[in-house]
Amino acid sequence: MADAVAAALPLIGKPARSAAERQEARAALVLSLPAMVLLFVFILLPVAVVILFGFTDYELGYAGFRFVGFDNYTELFTDRTFRSSLWNTTVYTAIVAPISIFMALGLAMLIESENIGRSFFRTAYFLPVASLLVAMATVWQYLFHPTIGPINALLALGGLPRPNWLGASTSVLYSLSIIGIWQSVGFNLVLFLAGLTAIPRELYHAAHVDGARSAFDRFRLVTWPMLGPTTLFVTTISIINAVKVFETVKTLTEGGPNKASEVLLFTIYQEGFVYLKVGYASAMTVVFLAILVVLMFLQYRVQDKQVHYS
Amino acid sequence: MNASAFTLGRAVRLSILIFGAAIFLAPYVFMVSTAGKAQSDIFSSSLSLIPQHWSYVANFAKALTRVSMTRLLFNGVAVCALIFVFQVMIAIPCAYAMAKLKFRAARLMMVLVMLGLLVPIHATALPLYVAFDRMAVLNSYFALVAPFTISVFGIFLFLQFFRAIPDDLIHAARLDGMSELGIIGRVIVPNAWPAITAFAIFSVVAHWNDLYWPLIVVSNQTYATPPLGLLYFRAAEAGDDYGALMAATLIITTPLVAAFLLAQKRFVEGITMTGLKG
Repeated sequence: MADAVAAALPLIGKPARSAAERQEARAALVLSLPAMVLLFVFILLPVAVVILFGFTDYELGYAGFRFVGFDNYTELFTDRTFRSSLWNTTVYTAIVAPISIFMALGLAMLIESENIGRSFFRTAYFLPVASLLVAMATVWQYLFHPTIGPINALLALGGLPRPNWLGASTSVLYSLSIIGIWQSVGFNLVLFLAGLTAIPRELYHAAHVDGARSAFDRFRLVTWPMLGPTTLFVTTISIINAVKVFETVKTLTEGGPNKASEVLLFTIYQEGFVYLKVGYASAMTVVFLAILVVLMFLQYRVQDKQVHYS
Repeated sequence: MNASAFTLGRAVRLSILIFGAAIFLAPYVFMVSTAGKAQSDIFSSSLSLIPQHWSYVANFAKALTRVSMTRLLFNGVAVCALIFVFQVMIAIPCAYAMAKLKFRAARLMMVLVMLGLLVPIHATALPLYVAFDRMAVLNSYFALVAPFTISVFGIFLFLQFFRAIPDDLIHAARLDGMSELGIIGRVIVPNAWPAITAFAIFSVVAHWNDLYWPLIVVSNQTYATPPLGLLYFRAAEAGDDYGALMAATLIITTPLVAAFLLAQKRFVEGITMTGLKG
């Protein structure tokens, strides 16, 4: 993305411009006007307003509001629900992002080196990405059902303990993580497959000539460095998507039991759109947005330092 | 590597892949199987995949009568189609201007697009909800579609793609007396189908699955999209009637899954293109 910004720079016009150039500039403004107006109305202005709301005690249904400075933010730090929500989101992300990245990378390498059933495997692992998550969450709820669910029926056959997957506060976050991993592996897998296909075969031969005999050496010396940009992108998008977990929580647990699956977007949704505490929920939204900005900033930093092979 | 050689390594590799695929597909198998089971089957034998009392008709009848599935699917298609058409009509001219025309504001616009890429609907939802509530437009297609008519991601994707279209093509069209809109319609769009298809897949998958925004602006079944409708169905179907629930999930999941299975190659290309360009 940094390249794109840099590439846009030479587009600035020279001071003295001909009639044709002025006409071109006018046409460009007309063509981009609808997009820019909508960008302002639906993205920039709402973000500015959400920051502003964050400093007020605005509640929908009440006439006015007053500015309360940083009160909302100080309240956030002592709010047990918000703190557990931040913590749960962190735990969920720390489980789902790494596992779905490495599982996808491993599966992609297995599929890439196998010459039968490639498209079958790709389809099988990608199917969850194309499925309606709310619907599939309902299916998982049945699979996880403590008494009539197939998973516990299977565990019972093996004489293993049968957890109350989504119903116990100790296991609910892990159960949601399983669904999250199942849902996101296919997306990462397809990106890794594209990255693997783009690696020139000669590099493996060269590495072989240079003494990289074992599969692990080939991975360490060729595959991993060549996949660098793909891995960085997959990592960023996996973390961001995990931070944005909402559908499964809303459908299956409503943040429970005992707030054990309360996650960031669900808390914002509850405070803002159910309790209508717009000011307070706006402060939470600002925290959420700040997390996204930090993540993107980290991606840029890593990207700039990364060695480019292409 | 010899295709017919069956080494130990290959056997291990294939077993891992097959085992993994079985786990990933298991939810679908149980969904189809349970959608045909009677309540008694569901409670007694959860591991047998073939229903003992075939109840597909009864379960589907329940799923279709409690919530109007045709209404949900129609809303889903209408909302996704409207969003996509507006996104493309608004993003393409802007991306063309930024990629191929010289003007002073281009640099500022690039910065705005980059900023816009950071902001998901979850961050803008509160002010938009307050504004839509004031304008009394909640519960309408307008509320469902309007915030997504601008896709900064679309602008970004098309911009990258348009840069690769040779300037000569555009100069030639201009010499033929074509207007800028004519160039977009007759030179740019015909050359940009791969990008447009990729974006269509990205956009439809995102908005077909979105629950957050419809949940906020819609509060009755008339305008419910598939994910929201399924939530209503779950609420109406309290308890453990998993037969009917699975029938409903099957009906709602099928359209996009079928589209994916039919146009797999395009899907994968689309995800790769929209993914890697981001």
